[in-house]
Parts: sequence; structure tokens; C-alpha cells
Amino acid sequence: MKKVMKKLAVALSIGIGLNASLMSSSAMAADNNVKVGFVYVSPTGEAGWTYTHDEARLYLEEKFGDKIETSFVENVAEGADAQRVITQMAKSGHDLIFTTSFGYMNPTIKVAKRFPKVKFEHATGYKRAKNVGTYFDRIYEARYLTGVIAGHMSKTDTIGYIGAFPIPEVVRGINAFTLGLQSVKPDAKVKVVWVNSWFDPGKEREAADSLIDQGADVITQHTDSPAPLQAAEAAGIYAIGYHSDMSEYGKTAHLTAAVHNWKEFYAKRVQQVLDGTWQSTDVWRGMDADMTQLAPLSSAIPADVKAKVQSLSAQIAEGKLHPFTGPIVNQQGQEILADGQIMDDNALRKMDYYVAGVEGKLK
Amino acid sequence: MDIELITNILYATIRTGTPLLLVALGEIICEKSGVLNLGQEGMMLLGAVAGFIAMYHSDSFLIGFGAAALTGVLISLAFAFIALHLNASQVAAGLALTILATGLSAFIGADYEGKTVTALPALTIDGLAAIPVIGKALFAQDAIVYLSWVLVILAYLFFKHHRAGLAVRAVGENPSVASNLGLPVMSIRYLAVMFGGALAGIAGAYLSLAYTPLWTENMTAGRGWIALALVVFASWRVERVMLGAYLFGFASIMHLVAQGLGLSVDGNLLAMMPYLATLAVLFILSRDPQKQRLFEPMSLAKPWHKGH
Repeated sequence: MKKVMKKLAVALSIGIGLNASLMSSSAMAADNNVKVGFVYVSPTGEAGWTYTHDEARLYLEEKFGDKIETSFVENVAEGADAQRVITQMAKSGHDLIFTTSFGYMNPTIKVAKRFPKVKFEHATGYKRAKNVGTYFDRIYEARYLTGVIAGHMSKTDTIGYIGAFPIPEVVRGINAFTLGLQSVKPDAKVKVVWVNSWFDPGKEREAADSLIDQGADVITQHTDSPAPLQAAEAAGIYAIGYHSDMSEYGKTAHLTAAVHNWKEFYAKRVQQVLDGTWQSTDVWRGMDADMTQLAPLSSAIPADVKAKVQSLSAQIAEGKLHPFTGPIVNQQGQEILADGQIMDDNALRKMDYYVAGVEGKLK
Repeated sequence: MDIELITNILYATIRTGTPLLLVALGEIICEKSGVLNLGQEGMMLLGAVAGFIAMYHSDSFLIGFGAAALTGVLISLAFAFIALHLNASQVAAGLALTILATGLSAFIGADYEGKTVTALPALTIDGLAAIPVIGKALFAQDAIVYLSWVLVILAYLFFKHHRAGLAVRAVGENPSVASNLGLPVMSIRYLAVMFGGALAGIAGAYLSLAYTPLWTENMTAGRGWIALALVVFASWRVERVMLGAYLFGFASIMHLVAQGLGLSVDGNLLAMMPYLATLAVLFILSRDPQKQRLFEPMSLAKPWHKGH
């Protein structure tokens, strides 16, 4: 019944043009409980970015039980809609609100000013306030490892990469992947195709097909739909998913996926609100905090490669290996980072160039 | 660029253009009767979800596409009732249809979100498909691509040579005169709207059953709106809509292929091409009001009731 009501609410709200709806998923709780809200940019779905956040929300419910109450609004457009939804959440007694898309940054800051007692956590942003913290995971660490896997699995030494928008977050993933790839095969190439959309299954499929036509025998993506996996499966080549495990869309194609895991981080922040110790912070953690993971490795990957990937991932988690360790050379052949140096976070956040080995123009 | 790549580009151009061709063809026929239906995007989404669910349970493409067409017909009937019977603004009714159908498709499809089905197989004509360059594009496509060609030819002949085609055009030009001549204006308009709905439904199902065989919310990603622009681009001519759909498909593919080849053309510029072409056509048409009047159905989007 709850599911039916949820669907009905979604249909009605979209039907009347709101494109969003507020859903409380636990029964009305006593006032002293902590209410945790989530604002999602896309439907919770079965895979993808929003799915990973909702997985963590469900984990919170399981872990904290009656102590908390969670609610979420899905399909919230970035911009004016977001501000309205976040305001509504703050007004309706939420103590902690996770706003999970880059475009919610300014709306979150604006609303936070009006509701100083409410705590906000904004994913992928850089603007903070006393009651606004930011967080992201170091997904590029997993990207590096998927590059290593691609290097071992590719025969044509050409990898296709489908990008959404040329922003630092995506470019960083492409570069990390390429560095991982080249640690195995120094001459392998990454062909990048931008689709100018986070989510357009048709376009992503076309992009994947065009990369396959041009000789890529492993493709990966920084877009949200599983369409590239289907393209790889149909063409009989390999693919690497993103955001969450996408193996069901390409049973033989799927090698692994670079996956976000927000569960423990969310649990920690909720616990801090319960304890009254929450403070605004900027969290950017990766495999060391288990915020970034690899989906289970396909049986197509040879055992020695699996062992190598496991060892590398342990090294990354222990801080012994950083994907962006010099020497790093950009596409034009200029040295970005000297031998042995490790790139600092500031440089990582601003990345606006391709490393050598990436084909295509960034600007 | 090697021959194989060109072959694949042509093949992909036709596949990419097919959903646009279907939905734009339906809209042309609808607009020829004087009815402007802006609900294409919504009807496509409903077709996509209905086709997907029917296919998921029946494992039959015939039932899948049939359900999609039927859904398109039913939802377009709702539009026709409001726009034609109640004489509401066609623009508002069409927009409302899209908004409603977008929500409705998400509602109906919630349990199927992210699920997949087997893709519509290609019907390859062995000897012909081996022809260099064009063989794969023309003779190794799936049934819906072939169907779209048949429909274009039929629609062309219908408007050019068939009395009923003339009747539809007469209704679109001047419903009062057509009515005085004894033509059933309302019935013709209803049928035209329903036909447009059926084609939009099939176009949506082409995405969810052939192109990317899965259902996910909003998967049409604006293709219904592109089709509306295509109708103007084609200046309400059936043969030109085919050209336009494949031009859109080609530009869309080239924008991706050029990036993969490392060509130094800005991808965004290529992505803009079809829209620029549409603007150019609009510009040329609007310079000559006489010509414009010859192309655009005179009574397009104007409410009409018997006795007016």
C-alpha cells in the first residue's frame, strides 16, 4: 500500500508539474526524534547516483530504527525548484538535510541562512557555512583501478569513455582511469565522447556504439543510464559501470563498476546530530573510509589480475598509492607533476586538462 | 575514415532517425487536419512504458508495439476530446497532455524501472545487406525501420493521390468550407489525432524495445519536442520529414563520431546543426508569406465547431 501511495504521489506531483513529492517513510514519530531529509536530482531507480544515496538512506532506517525518521524528494530540478523543496523540508521540522547534487549548492546555502538550526550536508559542492557541510567521495581512486583492469582486458588498446559534461569531477575520472590504464599498457589510448547530458539513454547508447565502431573494446562512462552496458553486451565487448553495480545490464560485458558508498558516512553524521556534536566539515574520502568501492569483479577477469587489483586497492586505502603520482604529463606533452610528487587536493579539484594518452579535445 | 566506419555511421543514422521519423510523421498527419498536438513527448513516454510492460510479460514484440500504439491512440483521444469537443486551446491541451503523460508514465512504470527486455532483432536481407557502404543501413535494420519507410510511402501517396488525403487537407485548410462540402470534419480530425497518437506510441516503444531495451523514467529525453520542430523543418511535407529525421540522426551521430575521431570541430556546434537548419527553413518560409500559407495548414490550431 505504501508503495502504491508513493507511486501515486509521484504521478500526481509530476502530473501537476511539481516534479517532486515529499515522502515520509517511517510512521509519525515522537518530536524528540531526528528527522533526516534527502533531496534527489533523479528518480531513486535501480541503479545510478541517486540510487546509491537512497541505499544509504534505507541503511540509516535499518541502523537507527525508531530514533530517526527519514524522508526524501526525488526528481528535484536544480535551481528554483530545489530551493523551494529544501525550504519546505527545513520548515517541516527536519534536523539534517542531505542535498545530493552539485546544482543544489547555492539553494542549499540560501536556505541554510534562513534556518540556522537545521543542519545541511551538500554533496559535491565547495561552499560551506556554519550549518552547511560538504562531502564527496574520491571516486577517482576506483577509476584508477578500473583503468588497470581495462588495461589487462583490452586487446585493441583502445578504450571508449562516455562523459557527461567537461567539468573537473568528470575530467579527473578520465585522467585517473587513463593513468591506471597506462600503468599496465603505456601506449593504450582513451577516446572520450561527450554527450552533454547526465541522463539520456538513447544518446549514451549512440555514443557507446560510435566508440565501439571506432575500435574500442572496453567502454566506460560518466553518465547515469545503463545503456552503454547494453551496447557493450550487444557488441560482445567489455564495459565498466559507474555509480553502482550495473552487472545486470551486461551479464558478460560488465567487468566491474566504480561505486559510491555513503552508508557509514551518513550514519556517522546522523549519530553526531543525535549526540549534538555535529559540526560543518568538508569530507572528501575514498577507499580508506570505504566511501569509494569497486563492484564485484567479473569472472572474466583472470585471477592474477584480480589479485593485483585487490593489492592495489589495499595500497590506495592505506595511503601508499595515490593515483595522481608524478610524473604526469598533459596531452600537449608538458609536465604537470614531477616524478614522485603527489598531486594536492586543490589541483585535483580544479583539473581542466587531459593527461597524455587521452584522445580528443577538452575545449 | 574507413569504409566500415562510414557504413556504421549510415546504419546508426537511420536507427537514430527512426523514432523521430515516426513521431514527426504522425504529427504531420495530425497537423494536416488542422490540429496541433504538442503532446508528442508525453505520448512517446507512455508508448515506451506501455510497450515495455506488454513486452516484459508477453515476450512478443507484436503485443509490445501493439500495446504502445493502442496507448498512444487512447491518450490522444483524451486530448482530442478536450481540444476538439470542448474547444479548449490546442496548445494548452497538448502541453497538459505531455505533463500528464510524463507523470503517468513514471507512475505506471515505477515497478519496471531499470528492468530490461531482449532487443528487437534485425531483419537482415542476406544478399543485399552485403552491398558496400549502404547495404547495412538499408537491408539490416529491424522491422520498425522498414515499417517507417512503408508508412512514409503510404502517407505520401495518401496526400498526393487519394481522395481521403485531400479531404484531410481540406479540413486542415478550412473546416467550415469542408463541412459545407459534406466532409465529416470532426471525424477526420479525431482520426488524424489518433493516428498521430499511434505513431508516437510506436516511436516511444522503439526506444524502450529496440534502441535501448529498458524502461527508465523520462527516457525519451526531449525527442518528442525535436519531432515538433521537424514538422516545421519539413514544412508539412511527408517526404521532407524523412530527410529531416535522418538529418537530425546524422548530426546526432556525427557529433559523437567526430569527437571519437578527434576531429577539431566543436561537438556542440555539430549538435546545433539540425536546429540551425530548422531556423533557416523557418526564416526562408517566413520571408514569403504567400509560400508559408501554401505549406502550413491554414486552420492549424484554430478551434472549430459545426455552425461557426
